[in-house]
Amino acid sequence: MAKFLFRRLFTMIATALCLTFIVFYLTNLPPNLEKIAKSEAGSRISDAEVESWLQKNGYAQPLLGRYGEWLGVLPGWTATADDGKVTGRCIPKGSDPAAAPRFCGVLQGNWGWSNVFKEPVSQIIATRLSLTGWLMLSVMALMVPVALLIGVLAGMREGSKLDRTLSTFSIATTATPEYVSGVLFITIFASSMTGLKWFKGSATSAMDDITFENFFLPVLTIALYGIGYIARMTRASMTEVMTAQYIRTALLKGVSFRQVVMRHALRNALIAPFTVIMLQFPWLLNGVVIVETLFNYKGFGWTLVQAAGNNDIDLLLGCSVVAVAVVLITQLISDVGYAWLNPRIRLS
Amino acid sequence: MDALGFTQILVTMIGRFWPVWIALALTFALSITYKRRLGLYGRLFDSPIGMTGFALVMFWVFTALFANIVATHDPLAQISGMKNALPGSPLKNPVEGIYAHYLLGGDNLARDVFSRMVVGARSVLTIAPAATAFAFMAGITLGLPAGYFGGRLDTGLSFVANLVLAFPVILMFYLLVTPEIRETGPLLLGWRASIPNVMAAILFAFPILFLCILWNARFFTTPARRNLYVGVTLVLGLWIYAGLAFRADPFGLWIMEPNLLNVFVSVVFVNAPTVFRIVRGITMDLKSRDYVAAAQTRGEGPWYIMLWEVLPNARGPLIVDFCLRIGYTTILLGTLGFFGLGVSPESPDWGSTINAGRKLLSIFPVPALVPAIALMSLVLGLNLLADGLREESLKD
Amino acid sequence: MTSSDWTPDQPILEIENLSISFFTRLREIPAVMDFSCTVLPGEAMGLVGESGCGKSTVALAVMRYLGKNGRITGGSIRFKGRDLTQMSDDELRRIRGSEIAMIYQEPMASLNPAMRIGAQLAEVPMIHRGMARAEAWALARQIVADVRLPDPDRILQAYPHQLSGGQQQRIVIAMALMSKPALLILDEPTTALDVTVEAGIVDLVKELAEKYGTSMLFISHNLGLVMEVCDRLTVMYSGEAVETGSVAEVFDRMRHPYTQALFRSIPLPGADKNSRPLVAIPGNFPLPHERPNGCNFGPRCDYFAEGRCNAGDITMTEVGPRHESRCLRVDEIDWSAPPVAKATQGKAEIGEVVLRMEDLRKYYEVTGGGVFGGGPAKVVKANETLSFEARAGETLAIVGESGCGKSTFAKVLMGLETATSGKIMLYDRDIQNTPIEKRNTDTVSGVQMVFQNPFDTLNPSMTVGRQIIRALEIFGQGASDEDRRARMLELLDLVKLPRAFADRMPRQLSGGQKQRVGIARAFAGGAKVVVADEPVSALDVSVQAAVTDLLMDIQRENGTTLLFISHDLSIVRYLSDRVMVMYLGHVVELGTTDQVFQPPYHPYTEALLSAVPIADTHVQKKRIVLEGDIPSAMNPPPGCPFQTRCRWKSQVPGGLCEREVPPVQHLAGGHQIKCHLSDEALTTMEPVIKIAAE
Repeated sequence: MAKFLFRRLFTMIATALCLTFIVFYLTNLPPNLEKIAKSEAGSRISDAEVESWLQKNGYAQPLLGRYGEWLGVLPGWTATADDGKVTGRCIPKGSDPAAAPRFCGVLQGNWGWSNVFKEPVSQIIATRLSLTGWLMLSVMALMVPVALLIGVLAGMREGSKLDRTLSTFSIATTATPEYVSGVLFITIFASSMTGLKWFKGSATSAMDDITFENFFLPVLTIALYGIGYIARMTRASMTEVMTAQYIRTALLKGVSFRQVVMRHALRNALIAPFTVIMLQFPWLLNGVVIVETLFNYKGFGWTLVQAAGNNDIDLLLGCSVVAVAVVLITQLISDVGYAWLNPRIRLS
Repeated sequence: MDALGFTQILVTMIGRFWPVWIALALTFALSITYKRRLGLYGRLFDSPIGMTGFALVMFWVFTALFANIVATHDPLAQISGMKNALPGSPLKNPVEGIYAHYLLGGDNLARDVFSRMVVGARSVLTIAPAATAFAFMAGITLGLPAGYFGGRLDTGLSFVANLVLAFPVILMFYLLVTPEIRETGPLLLGWRASIPNVMAAILFAFPILFLCILWNARFFTTPARRNLYVGVTLVLGLWIYAGLAFRADPFGLWIMEPNLLNVFVSVVFVNAPTVFRIVRGITMDLKSRDYVAAAQTRGEGPWYIMLWEVLPNARGPLIVDFCLRIGYTTILLGTLGFFGLGVSPESPDWGSTINAGRKLLSIFPVPALVPAIALMSLVLGLNLLADGLREESLKD
Repeated sequence: MTSSDWTPDQPILEIENLSISFFTRLREIPAVMDFSCTVLPGEAMGLVGESGCGKSTVALAVMRYLGKNGRITGGSIRFKGRDLTQMSDDELRRIRGSEIAMIYQEPMASLNPAMRIGAQLAEVPMIHRGMARAEAWALARQIVADVRLPDPDRILQAYPHQLSGGQQQRIVIAMALMSKPALLILDEPTTALDVTVEAGIVDLVKELAEKYGTSMLFISHNLGLVMEVCDRLTVMYSGEAVETGSVAEVFDRMRHPYTQALFRSIPLPGADKNSRPLVAIPGNFPLPHERPNGCNFGPRCDYFAEGRCNAGDITMTEVGPRHESRCLRVDEIDWSAPPVAKATQGKAEIGEVVLRMEDLRKYYEVTGGGVFGGGPAKVVKANETLSFEARAGETLAIVGESGCGKSTFAKVLMGLETATSGKIMLYDRDIQNTPIEKRNTDTVSGVQMVFQNPFDTLNPSMTVGRQIIRALEIFGQGASDEDRRARMLELLDLVKLPRAFADRMPRQLSGGQKQRVGIARAFAGGAKVVVADEPVSALDVSVQAAVTDLLMDIQRENGTTLLFISHDLSIVRYLSDRVMVMYLGHVVELGTTDQVFQPPYHPYTEALLSAVPIADTHVQKKRIVLEGDIPSAMNPPPGCPFQTRCRWKSQVPGGLCEREVPPVQHLAGGHQIKCHLSDEALTTMEPVIKIAAE
């Protein structure tokens, strides 16, 4: 078990390094840097001036070196200007260069400065992430029980009317991406066309005060797409279990159908969906980005779009770190949980 | 001229689709008549779910085919006075030879919503299946050896596949589908080795590689025939390859706009790892079968076994997944359009249209609603079709 | 629970004119027609037939568990006087598991993988008798001890995957006995188990049924097993009961042509491939919706009378005391006439040595166990010092149970793996270190294989002809496509399949036919050595005979060396010239068929011989039941591999068996035994099988 965890951890770190490096590489493409130089030093500067600006601000080193600095495993760059003023990655403006630390990267908690929001990245991410946290939490609270219930009920008696109805429903929801269902919901429940106006078409007010009226539509929009997917997995797993021979054994032991489902089928049937639910988290990120954009809820997803759209390198890198971390942690939980739920693996 | 009422709009619209209805009726009549002779495809017509799905998919396929006949206006034409017009509005200044109504109203640039939806089907239904097909080629060509040989090759390829899968899709698109990325990279003989171009050069090579290995594994015992097949594949394949990946088709027949290429390659790249995982799993299962052992004991090469013994028997799940994946790719393309990363701003593809329409969603929902429903019905059709196929293929 | 007018001297189970159909979208498929049988208290009734004859359907109908599509369309099933077909779900639930219990074919699949054994057992009395949890667990512990499982407390806490196949089946039996049922239904309870494990289970079932006074309905395809367990039996064919009676009556005074044909097609002691060959039943089992008019067996019957047998329905008629048969011509047939003798075949010429193995070893390195990996690397000794030679035209049988290393040996010979040490000589070539991709076409086509599972041996998405032609192509046979097609058709002739089969897909073929295609493919390049890995064990008995005959015929014509891997000693005795017995990677005995089947035996061979059920009432067997299961090849015992189960171990002084791997003793006539037993001990051995004088 220890060796397994070690190997798993090793793969995780390798994956995290690879992914962050790819993001770092893609965000630090020369045209992007040029854009930064122009936005910082004036848009009409010549190519030579761009070159020298980049030189002065530590962007001219090899990519791998800068990645190391950003990560915090290589010492931050320093440059001495003609007037003898020392600037550097780890030297905040106006502070004493001598007192500055050598390393200042993500590992040291220095996530950089957002050009767009004019705030430290760590601070932006913390506030935005907590807003999205509420959204995610609400989505999970709605999605998981509904999806499992639908899946179990449908898979319990394969081919029954109930199964057909619920299966068609889950297929329909998986065919409706968030940007479609969001549009539908806003049109039906929040637009002047139907005149229902039950909910609000924007969730901006939910950032201060979450109410059913301003929060239900975005939550439902994200949850719906996931519900169909998880429900179909659960149903597939449930039907497979229900045709297993040990279910026949239990029925022919005289256990009632209800008891068979509750005692014998459920546990075995929920092992597979558990993995799926955990792996849904990264998927939810997609939905979160779409829904936050659509409903104007300024959470993590919205921030990511802003960062990407405005060439805000540090912020985008910060968002990527969070996204990658979420993906990897959920994968780990999913693996460990799967092993723990399944005695065949746990005890071997 | 008066505005059309709801019923009138509906009736007129149904009327506009006449070539689609005829084609659908013919397809169904023929298929149902001969369904017992058509294998899995024929059995689809035993399942109501599969039939519904097939009908939805074929509706859009035929709409894409006959888009020129069905559409009422030029999807890019802006007609004055029709900005955000309500469904059924008549043209302000009717001109001879131009359809007199905007059946589903106008968008915020005064273009006809109905025609944009119809013509949009064409772009969706060419890109999504083609991208899925390339993803399958790459996934199969790499998944087969990973599953069959296992070991280091498998560990390495699986790590890369998991890497791509762990990358949040949306972030990947924001990083990959940008104009900047298309301009970065060294110039080699006039071809820019930017990331999308390099990825295209790699991904588009898989079908040629796949076919060459396929022919060689099967016909190496009769070199004459092998050379013929491999030769034809290489000539045709390299011609298309040169056109698509390097914009170097001497006849100018095969060409892809740089931004379309960028989108296309990104979508293939996102899909391929999942296909890889599926193929790898099935291969690991099938390689323990006796017919594989029989092939091994008569000295067949590994590629023959993978391509001719394993792959044909994996076709059931792969066909099902192919349908599902076209749907998923459609959703992805829509997502790209939704974030303005799509093919081009004025393109009538559904995702971009939804994006354009969402700003005025609470007041004028129709321009966003129409492509949204179109996209949903196509994906629903694909999912139902996949479900029907799965159910019927399990009945053997 | 019982009906008021039922008394213990009346039948426990009375099935009358039962008909069951399955309903598909296209048609109604009758699975069982007009089936009747009676089981008295304490009696064991056997239900015998080939796959697809409806025997399991009858069992599930008694449990009223036929799935969504199955329905009882006629007749009645009375259990203790009450008609099960009329019962409500609730009443059924109270009977299931408490009065009627069932034991299944695959023990692993029958147990819930995520529940402890104890919980699964205790559930039964908790539901049916409302027993308290602690009390139920105590009862479970007692029953687990009853089914002779070691360390019951540990087993109750275990999950199913932690037990071996034999132990799992004992748990399933324990579960069935938890509420002391009046009727026990056993559906092929030992088919998935090894022969020596099967013997233990059979003994246990018999003993427990006696102890608890339980009646049994025992379903099996194995006549020998039925003879050992049952008092009476019913033979089924294509959905109908064709003959029923006591075991002695049916075995010695059979009165139905199918029963007779069945007995003639199984290799009993005394059958011989040259002088007294088996008689295969001609034709094929009819598909459920293509059954003939009248007698279902008519088209395959030697006594078929046109216009009578196919005129109309035939009913069961009394032919003796509680002995019935479904045959119109019972009184016209001379039942004692010997089978029409096939021309006896000359013994095949045994030629020069074709294949020689010297001290072959194959070790695997396995890194750790379990899903997580880890743990030190282990060496699995799959084959240990294998030495033998095989001659042209000879059949060498390799006998052993699971984990004995026979499949590894085949892989090494075929070149799919290379040997760790030792030599394999094919003619004069060393091939032990040449993997298959480095072998030349001659060597590859010269050593071919016939596989066990007919449903797996052919590629399901390629026509039969195409698959044979591919083998011809790869072996470099034939100059052109037409040439190869002609050669392929000849090969179909060789395996006695119609030429039209060339264009069929494998799914359109029956199991036996697929196996024939597999044989044709193996002989496509004129194979000199053919490894047949259990080629008939997955086939029905009536088909087995035909396929073995075919193999023998081809061997006679081509002088092929046949390495026949099998666990079935009856068929081995019938067709092989020499026998090699393997246990956990070791060759424990090697000799001619007569030497191996006569004492002195290796103790394992002795147990194996005793374990194989023989469907002949004249055969007297010494009962030797081995304790425990076969040890895992990953973790073999020290010393002699067989010492954990050997009943002769006490005869060897000084615990030698536990310390040292025994040497090979060379006895007279090239007979080899790997055992510590002294010559004196070996000579005291008695024959296991004796044929009583008639």
